Order: sequence, then structure tokens, then C-alpha cells
Amino acid sequence: MIEITTTRHNPLIDPSLHIWGWEIPVYLFLGGMVAGMMLISGYFMFSGRYKETNCSCYYLPIMSFILLSLGMFALFLDLEHKFYVWRLYTTFQITSPMSWGSWILILVYPILFANMLMRPHRLLLEKIPHVKKWHEYLHAHPLLIRNLGVVTMFFGAAIGLYTGVLLSSLGARPLWSSSILWMLFLVSGLSGAAAFVHVIAKNVYERELLAKADNGFLILELFIIAVFLIGLSSNSDVHAKAVDLLLIGKFASIFWVFVIGMGIVIPLFIQLLAVNHKIRHTPIAPLMVIIGGLILRFVIVAAGQYSHWYALTN
Amino acid sequence: MARFGMVIDTAKCVGCQDCVVACKTENNVPEGFCRDWIKTEVTGTFPTLHMEIRSERCNHCSDAPCVSACPTGASHYHDVGGIVLVDHEECIGCKACIASCPYDARFVHPEGYVDKCTFCVHRVEKGMDPACVSVCPTHCMHFGDLDDPDSEVNKLLNSRKHHALLPEAGTKPNIFYLT
Repeated sequence: MIEITTTRHNPLIDPSLHIWGWEIPVYLFLGGMVAGMMLISGYFMFSGRYKETNCSCYYLPIMSFILLSLGMFALFLDLEHKFYVWRLYTTFQITSPMSWGSWILILVYPILFANMLMRPHRLLLEKIPHVKKWHEYLHAHPLLIRNLGVVTMFFGAAIGLYTGVLLSSLGARPLWSSSILWMLFLVSGLSGAAAFVHVIAKNVYERELLAKADNGFLILELFIIAVFLIGLSSNSDVHAKAVDLLLIGKFASIFWVFVIGMGIVIPLFIQLLAVNHKIRHTPIAPLMVIIGGLILRFVIVAAGQYSHWYALTN
Repeated sequence: MARFGMVIDTAKCVGCQDCVVACKTENNVPEGFCRDWIKTEVTGTFPTLHMEIRSERCNHCSDAPCVSACPTGASHYHDVGGIVLVDHEECIGCKACIASCPYDARFVHPEGYVDKCTFCVHRVEKGMDPACVSVCPTHCMHFGDLDDPDSEVNKLLNSRKHHALLPEAGTKPNIFYLT
């Protein structure tokens, strides 16, 4: 028997850590969605699909721009010393994933802007005289568009994996101590983005393609979640107890019902029927995937903070 | 270079919380927060029980995860003895350092920056002991250079059984508890 009592009662720290509220999961979710959208958009540019007038690569960049800005605003709201946010950009800390992330996010904006030049908005054409010239130059050089697609995919993947690395680098929280967390967040982001584009795509071919791709991403996500859980379960006792929070503990019901059931298995089943033409395509399944992706971030962030070397060894 | 650390004799500590009060007074720690605290750990099965009372705080780890996690460099090793400090003017309050600390030694100060034990660096620079050490009525706390073989802390560690907190977390803590 081990019984520990403490006189410490610091707000947000005791009795269990809860320093990150809704802002961080929302930011991780939106970052993941943008990562997936950039990967999809970049792929369409690289593969030459941009020649189709209603290709989603024409409107995904502006949507990514808006969602990323919302995510960064959520991140800003989470900061306790808000007016010092500029300090992030006066230094580069090589060991800090958050420092890497803040610089990656800044680099993503010019890339999204370059993507927007594929079909610039009327306001951009009116306000910035050079935009028309850049737009014409881009379309006169197909190889440049392909290369821009590659760069877009690269930075999309960088954002997606960074959101996972951010948590897994914090070794003090046993639930996050998994080298596969970045892959889970990247694939979840891809899955959410594919679901989103599936709902809004104007091109029938893309809608069908992304429904099929989303099924692949969902199956892959299930596989990665299984590896994530098994990996932690077979680790030390502390890690095994941390993963029990998801399997049978405090967060189990939300995890199994909303993340696995309603977020992956049921929409996968519906979409498999849809792509095999047993039922008509429905926006319900993609919406479930998107909401499931959001809840996944909430569960991982909350359960990760709850998991602790001390609390679990006692 | 010196490596400052603390050695605390759990056989002498009575958990009076003088160290906690001294820290709050010396460092003007805001109400409702504490930089150091008392933890009582009871192990065993009745009637063979063992109780250890510990005065705990930031372990000023040599491989501090909070320093690695900080995106602005606000968390850093001080030139004096490798003490881990937070530069209030550089801290953006992202809380990555709090999440990365296995000891939960940090907290968000009401003014927005992250705060924690400094080993009373302002006193140490003048050659004095941290406030908690200087007020301990049982003299169970000792402060000094762990890299100096002739220091009191090293002599105690060489002569007594001791342990650190969560060595398995791999942070190389610099506070040791004599048993």
C-alpha cells in the first residue's frame, strides 16, 4: 500500500493537471484538417487535376487559410501572457516542437497565398495589382504548379505530424509518450479533410475519389489507434495504466462511443455501402468523421493531462 | 561549473511547513499558490508501515524537459550552478513546460507567466542559502554544489542512503532525499 498526501493545491495543477482547455484540442483539430486539405489540394495540383475548372484545389487554399487562422486564434486565446506572443518569433529553439510549429505555421501562409494565385479572389485582383500578373505567370508554367503542389503537400504533412509531435515530446504525460501519435494525428487530419472535401466538392469524380480515400484513411486510423494502444499497454506499468484511461477508465465511454464507434466504425460502414452503390452518398457519414476527429483531440489532450507518473504509480 | 542541488534528510523532517511559509514570504508567492510543498508518503501494510515526509519543489533537473519544451527560451539554465529559471519577460504562458514537468512543480502566476522555485537565486548569488533551507528548524535541508566533492551535500550523499524523485523519468533531478 502506498498513500500519498500533499499540501500542494496549485490551480490548474492539482488534483490533476488541466492546464489546456478547449483551445488546444480545437487548434490541433483545425491544424490537422488544414494539413489534410493541403495534402489533398497539393496532390490535385501535382497530378494535373487543376486543369479541371471545378477542381477543389481552387477553393481549398482559402478555406485552409481561414481554418488555420481560426486555429491560431484558439492557440492565442490559450496563452496566459498574450501580449508576449511575438516572443515566439524572436528566437528558434531547436529542441522545442512548439517553436518548430510556430515557424512552420508562419511559413505555411505564403504557400497558401501562392496556392490562392491559382484562381485569385476578385478582391485580391482589385487590391493587389501584381496578383493578375502572378496568376498568369503561374498558369503559363505547368511545372511550377506541379512543384507548388509538392511544396504544399510537404508543408501540409509538416503541420499534421507536428501536432502529434507536440504532445508526444512531453514525456511527463505517459499517455502521450508514443512515437506513433504524430501518425495518428496526421491520418486523422487527412481523414477529416477528405470527409470535408467529400461534402463540399463540386466535382463528382473528386467526391467519389475522396469517399474511397476516406474509407482507406479510416481503416488506417483504426490500425494506428490499435498500434498506439498496444504499444502503450506493453510498455511500463505507468504507460499501461495511462492507456487504461482510454480502454476501461475515466475516458473510456467517450473514446469508444464517440471516437471509435461514431467517429470511425459507423461512418466507415456507411461510406463503404455508399461507394459500393448500395446506398446514396450522405453528408451524415463525413460529418461524423469530422466530429469524431475533433473529439479524438479532446480525449487525447484531456486524458493525457490526467495521466501522470505519480498519480498512476500510487 | 557548479551544479547546485539540495539534500533533505527525511529522518529529520517533521513536515512543519516552515519551508513553505519562508518561500512564500521571501518570494512573494501569490495567495493560493506554492513553489514548495510537503508530501507525506506512507508505504507498507499495517502494522509494518513506513512514513516519509518530504519537502518538495522544482528538482532543477540537469536534463530539464521544461527547458527543452520552451518555445521562446524563457525557461533556461542559469549561469550560477545550472539553476533552472523562467525569464518572466520572455514567457508567453503557453504552458508546454508545465505539461513537460513530471513533478508538476510549475504553475501559472496570476500575472500570466509561469512560475516555480528558483532556489532563491537572488540569495544564492550573494552566498546565502535558499530561504527554505535557512529557516528549517530541524536542519534537515542542505544546499550546495553537487559537483564539489568536499561540499556538505556531497559528503551527506556519500555517507547516507538516498533517493531522488522519479529517476525513471530521466530528467536527472538535483534534489536528493536521505532515508
